[in-house]
Amino acid sequence: MYKLWVTIKKDCKILLRDRTGILLMFVMPIILVVVVTSIQNSTFQLIGKSKLPLLVCNKDTGQASLQLIGAINRVGLLKVSPLPKNESPEDIKQAMKDKDAQLAIMIPADFSEREGAKAQNSANKSLKSFGLQPDSTRHKAFLPEPPFTLYFSPILQESLRFSVQSGLTSALQLVEGRETLRKLYYAINEKQLPPDLENEMLNTQSAIGMVSVSKTGGLGLPNTTQHNVPAWTIFAMFFIIMSLSASVVREKTSGSFIRLKTLPTNYNVGMVSKQITYLGVTLLQALVIFSMGIYLFPLIGLPGLNLPSDLTALVIATVITGWCAVSYAIMVGVFATTQVQGNGFGAVSIVILSVMGGLMVPSFAMQGGLRTVSNLSPLHWSLQAYYDLFLLGGKLSDVFVNLIPLFIITLVFQLVIFLQLKRKNLI
Amino acid sequence: MAVSVEHLDFRYPGSEDVLLSGLNLAIAKGESFGLFGPNGAGKTTLMNLMTGVLKPSAGEISLLGHKMGGSGKKVNRLFGFVPQDFSFYRELSAVENLEFYGAWAGLDSKRTKKRTAELLSILGLEDVKDKEVGKFSGGMKRRINLAIGVIHNPSILFLDEPTVGVDVQTRHAIISYLKELNDNGTTLIYTSHQLSEAETLCRQMALIDSGKIIAEGTLEELSKKYKKKSLEELFISLTGKEFRD
Repeated sequence: MYKLWVTIKKDCKILLRDRTGILLMFVMPIILVVVVTSIQNSTFQLIGKSKLPLLVCNKDTGQASLQLIGAINRVGLLKVSPLPKNESPEDIKQAMKDKDAQLAIMIPADFSEREGAKAQNSANKSLKSFGLQPDSTRHKAFLPEPPFTLYFSPILQESLRFSVQSGLTSALQLVEGRETLRKLYYAINEKQLPPDLENEMLNTQSAIGMVSVSKTGGLGLPNTTQHNVPAWTIFAMFFIIMSLSASVVREKTSGSFIRLKTLPTNYNVGMVSKQITYLGVTLLQALVIFSMGIYLFPLIGLPGLNLPSDLTALVIATVITGWCAVSYAIMVGVFATTQVQGNGFGAVSIVILSVMGGLMVPSFAMQGGLRTVSNLSPLHWSLQAYYDLFLLGGKLSDVFVNLIPLFIITLVFQLVIFLQLKRKNLI
Repeated sequence: MAVSVEHLDFRYPGSEDVLLSGLNLAIAKGESFGLFGPNGAGKTTLMNLMTGVLKPSAGEISLLGHKMGGSGKKVNRLFGFVPQDFSFYRELSAVENLEFYGAWAGLDSKRTKKRTAELLSILGLEDVKDKEVGKFSGGMKRRINLAIGVIHNPSILFLDEPTVGVDVQTRHAIISYLKELNDNGTTLIYTSHQLSEAETLCRQMALIDSGKIIAEGTLEELSKKYKKKSLEELFISLTGKEFRD
C-alpha cells in the first residue's frame, strides 16, 4: 500500500508540474464546452427569435406577390430585404455576396397572373365537383414552372435550408389558398369575399401543443446546455489520452523505465497508480465542467445546467466513464512506441469514437449498420447514460442498460493492457 | 558467487544477429569487477541481461545463488543498477526521486528518509535536494543516478559507465564512494571506457569483444600474460585500433 501511495504521489506531482498537460485537460475542454454551447444556443436563437435575411427581387406588379411577401414575413423565420425590380439573376447572386446574405428569391413578372390562373383552375375544379357551373372565361395557359426561384448559399446548412424551404412553401400555399377561396366565393355569391371572413378562414393561427416526454413526467424543455455539457464532458474525459498515453510512453521510453524493471516491485503498481491518479483527473474535469454549467453559464447568457435528480447514478456513470477513458488512454500508451504515435492516434481515435458515439451526429439519426457500429464506441454508452439522466430524468435503474456495456468495454481495455504488458515482459 | 553466468546466448527476438554467444562468467562476492570492450562489444547487453532488463535467448544467470527470471522479483532486492542513461524522473526533485525509488526498492518510509539524508550528504546534493532533477548539472545528475541505484543498500551493484561526461571532482567523488561501498562488502560490476579509472577501482576484469569474453583475470595477471604495462595497451592489443561504430 505504501508503494502505491508513493507512486500516486509521484504521478500527481509529475502531472501538476506539466502545465501544458493541465491546460489540455482542463482549460481546453472548458473553452470547448462554452464555445460549442454558445454557438448552438445562438443558432437556436436564430431560428427561434432572430430572423434570417432574405433578399427579395419582386418583378411582379400584382397583388399576389405582395401577399406572398406579407406571408413570408408572418412565417417568422425570415426578414425580407427588397432588391430593385430590374435585377438579373447574376445581379441577385452579386447582391447576396455584397450583403453577406445566404438567401434570395426572385418573383417573376407574371407571378400574380399565374397564381390567378392557377387559383381559377382550382376553383373551377371545385365548382364542378360541387355540381355548379364553373367560370367559362378563357384564361391564358401557362407552362408548369416553379412560381419563384430561391437562391441559397452552399454555406447554409441543409437542415436550415429545409426549414426555409418549408417556410416559403407555407407562405405560397397561403397566397394560393386565399386566391382560390376568393375565386370560389365570387363564383358562388357573385360578390367579393368579405375581409373579416377571409381572415377568419385563412389565419386560424392554431398553435401546436408541445410536451417534453421525460421519465419523470416533468414538463421542462431541454436546452443547449443540457445537451452540450454532458456530451462535451465525456469528450473532455476521453481527451486525457493526450496526457496519459504520453505519460505511459514517456515512462516506457525514458531511462526511468529500465530502472523500474530492475526493482523488486511489479509494474502493475505503476499501472494502478496511473489509473487512480487519472481517474481523479477525469472526475475533477466533470466536476469543473458541471459547476461551470450550473454557475457560470447563466452569468454569460447561456441556459444553466440542471443536474439530474439521481445524483448517485450521475456519480456512478461518471466514475465508469472516467475509468473507461483512463483504460483506453493507457491501452494506447502501452502499444505506442513514441509520444507522437500516442498523441496522434489518440486524438484522431477520440474524434472518430465521438462521431461514432453520437456526440457530433445523434445516434438516432444514423442508419442501419452505422447504428450498430456506434454501439462499439464507449462514448455512445456514456452519452446515452448521461442523456437518460440529464434529459429524461432517468434513475440508476434506467441507466444500467448503458453502464453495463460501458463497463464491459472497460474490462476489455484492461485485458488488452494486461496482455500487452505481459507480452512485453513488463509485469 | 555473487554472479554466475553460464552458456549465455542472446539475440533480439526476430533478429538473426547473435549478440552474445556461449558466454560464461563467475564473479565472487565482494569483488570489484570491470567489464571492458569496444563500442558494440556487448557490455551493456550483458549488463541488461544480468539485471533482468533483457531475457536471455539461452543459458542461465544467478545472483547470490538465486536464478534470474524465476518467479517473482525477490532476486531484484539483491542488486542495484546504475544505467548509463539517466534513470530518474526529471520533473521530480532529488528527494522525491529517492522517496519513490526507495519505496519501489522495498524500503519503508522511515528507512527511505534515513537513506535519502545519508546519500544526499555523501554525494554532495543536500543543497539542491528540493530542486527538479531535470535542472541539475551533468555531474549532479550522475550523482543522483548513482544514489538511486544504492538507496536500498544492495549486495551487488551494477554500474554501466557511471562517470561518463563528468568533471574530475565528480568522478573523484563517485569513485571514492564506490570504493567505500566495495570495502564494506558490496560487489561491484562496472563497465567504463575510462581505463585509468578502472585500473584504480577494479581488481578483477574481463575484456569482451563480439559477444565473447576474450580475456579475464586481474590486471597483473593480464599484463603478465599479454606482456602489456597498462590496461589501455592491453585493450588495444586485444581488440585492435579499428573503429567499431
